[in-house]
Amino acid sequence: MALLQISEPGMSPDPHQHRLAVGIDLGTTNSLVATVRNGVAETLPDEKGRHLMPSVVHYPDQGPPQVGQEARGYSALDPLNTLSSVKRLMGRGVGDLKTVAGHIPYDFVPGDGGVPRIRTRQGDVTPVEVSGEILKALRARAEASLGGDLEGAVITVPAYFDDAQRQATKDAARLAGLNVYRLLNEPTAAAIAYGLDKGQEGVIAVFDLGGGTFDVSILRLNKGVFEVLATGGDSALGGDDFDRAIAGWMMQEAGIEGDTGHHRMRQIMMDACAVKEALSERDEARLKVAVSDSDYWSGCITCEQMNCLIDPLINKTLAACRRAMRDAKVKPEEILDVVMVGGSTRVPRVRERVGEFFGRTPRLDIDPDKVVAVGAALQADILAGNKPGDDMLLLDVIPLSLGIETMGGLVEHIIPRNTTIPVSRAQEFTTFKDGQNAMALHVVQGERDLVDHNRSLARFTLSGIPAMVAGAARVRVTYQVDADGLLSVDAREMVSGVRSSIEVKPSYGLTDNEIETMLTDSRSHAQEDMLARRLREQQVEADRVLEALDSALGADSELLSQEELKDIRKAREQLVTAREGDDHEAIARAIKGLEKASEDFVAKRMNQSVRKAMSGHRVEEFE
Amino acid sequence: MDLDFSRNYFELFGLPQRFRVDQQALMSAYRELQSALHPDRFAHSDDQARRLAVQGASHVNEAYATLKDDGLRARYLLGLKGAGVDVEKESAHDPQFLLEQMELREALEEVDQAADPLAALDALSSDIETRYTQMLDAFEAAFEANDLEAARQEVLKLRFFDRLREEVARISERLEDQLLG
Repeated sequence: MALLQISEPGMSPDPHQHRLAVGIDLGTTNSLVATVRNGVAETLPDEKGRHLMPSVVHYPDQGPPQVGQEARGYSALDPLNTLSSVKRLMGRGVGDLKTVAGHIPYDFVPGDGGVPRIRTRQGDVTPVEVSGEILKALRARAEASLGGDLEGAVITVPAYFDDAQRQATKDAARLAGLNVYRLLNEPTAAAIAYGLDKGQEGVIAVFDLGGGTFDVSILRLNKGVFEVLATGGDSALGGDDFDRAIAGWMMQEAGIEGDTGHHRMRQIMMDACAVKEALSERDEARLKVAVSDSDYWSGCITCEQMNCLIDPLINKTLAACRRAMRDAKVKPEEILDVVMVGGSTRVPRVRERVGEFFGRTPRLDIDPDKVVAVGAALQADILAGNKPGDDMLLLDVIPLSLGIETMGGLVEHIIPRNTTIPVSRAQEFTTFKDGQNAMALHVVQGERDLVDHNRSLARFTLSGIPAMVAGAARVRVTYQVDADGLLSVDAREMVSGVRSSIEVKPSYGLTDNEIETMLTDSRSHAQEDMLARRLREQQVEADRVLEALDSALGADSELLSQEELKDIRKAREQLVTAREGDDHEAIARAIKGLEKASEDFVAKRMNQSVRKAMSGHRVEEFE
Repeated sequence: MDLDFSRNYFELFGLPQRFRVDQQALMSAYRELQSALHPDRFAHSDDQARRLAVQGASHVNEAYATLKDDGLRARYLLGLKGAGVDVEKESAHDPQFLLEQMELREALEEVDQAADPLAALDALSSDIETRYTQMLDAFEAAFEANDLEAARQEVLKLRFFDRLREEVARISERLEDQLLG
């Protein structure tokens, strides 16, 4: 066999030069690890031949935590010490827990702010640590099966993951002792697996519907370059919601009240999931639902009935597809192929509607469970340097706009969503008051106009600005997003050179629900936002005018007659009153009124300052 | 690979400094640069090299985004000629043009009352796109004739169209959501 070993062109013939690298799909329900061996990317099974590892960690009485199938066995027996679905908590703060509490019934340690901690018999653990245990188990599986230490890994994250969630994932990898080459968006990973396998060129859409999340990415594939044109999603939508809709129908038909016990509810949800799976293969399914301990309801549900129940949910995914295509400036007919990823794309109605929407039959020829891990392994192999000369290149985007808080609680976007990364953008701001020597900066992520409706990522202050008149300082704020989608911010006062910068490393991040709400809200609240924005703008303008007037009156009120002073004071009072109200037009009118009343005053001050400037000079000098 | 940050975006991609750009040539030059500069090419290098790669790739992305978009490219060209436009402080003044803008805005606001709002919006949107293209042609003619003041006026008008297009996108998302329930 050794004599037949021929190395590929450009590849080192020395086997020791081959670096062991893996791709990891760290999922909500299941995780996988894959690698490239002998030029083929494949997922790695455990010693019993199982490829999927349930993303579950059990903390036993004694000994180290158990992970995967073994841990899942304890879900019912020892629920408070058996943790699953922690991916939903990554990058979240304690304040975010209520939005996921329904899904995750753990014993949270009460505390204020910061990272949530879950109480187990082995002590309090954070979601990052639990994910770290899963990654450790995957690493051990890979090292056992590859026979050596791992050099590095590519770990996939949902495309909609924000800065905090990405950072938390990277931290978990560090806990597991993994060197992270790169965080890779899940749909992009799927596109790599598909693109390299099929050798297609052109625009493709990746439709990724999992158990609890939905991502869509539009990519252009060309000569080994994978360029993400746009990405979008609905982070609170997945197969679980299909089950919930079917369960709701079953309860209605069987006459079961909504407040039936937890145990019965869980049984109904499992029945609903079984119905969904049965109807993927047949046109009709029979049902037997326990109404009480002794009483059963029997019935039947057709494919058509189920489709009516899940269609509204599928509509939402298609709305996200439409937006992603608009952001990508691509029309449905330009899309060459639609690649289906995630277990929930097995539902025939999903395939049918997606096919109708894009006008072509979606591709299902790559295992939707494994495709993400396989794509990550292919990227890891290249980043490890095992394929010199390979020109594969990934150009990804940021999923949500990055902005900064400006006067009046408004957001100014510095980097809009779907901008190609890495990217660096700068914006200049100035001081608002005379002698202002510090500026507070607030970094936010999201699509809405008002700060309060977006996710706060970090706050920091640039201090030590030398005293200058309002508007003279020039503060340049630079946002830099690296290839992993992680942000760092730098602020610099350009006149004095005073500088301050931070790695944005927040203690919590956006919830899936919040991102979803933010995206939906940015549309449904467009009108409301516009009014709010106009009001804030006028309020800021009013403050500016008042401040300027007061400072001018303080300095030069002797230029005015009593009568003139009275008029200006009256107009000033009117503006102060309007400023307190919520009618932006009234404020605008009052500003105009005050400007009119102080016209003469402004002219007099102007003349005076010209005279002052000219005193001691001869007129000829100015000619 | 060293990147010369002092070269302008056209020089960076080896393209002639004109308004019309060969998009195919731009794309392939962009890919060639990114293939050499992207941080993924430096996964094994030291921190310093990786930081430089992030800066270089960011610069190339910015250059590409600027030259790919007609409006941004027009503004950039004026800047290179020393006739840059400060969109925060300047605006178009042509009364005829402003009147036309007001009419288009009103038409956008009335889309909701149409029998088929999405169809009405699509029609209006293609009207806006036609006018936008005319504006670009006018810019190009003025710019090629080296009439920079006339070219500046066209760029100031483009800003109004950018806002109209954003508004069209907002309304279509809202209408689609209403249809989908």
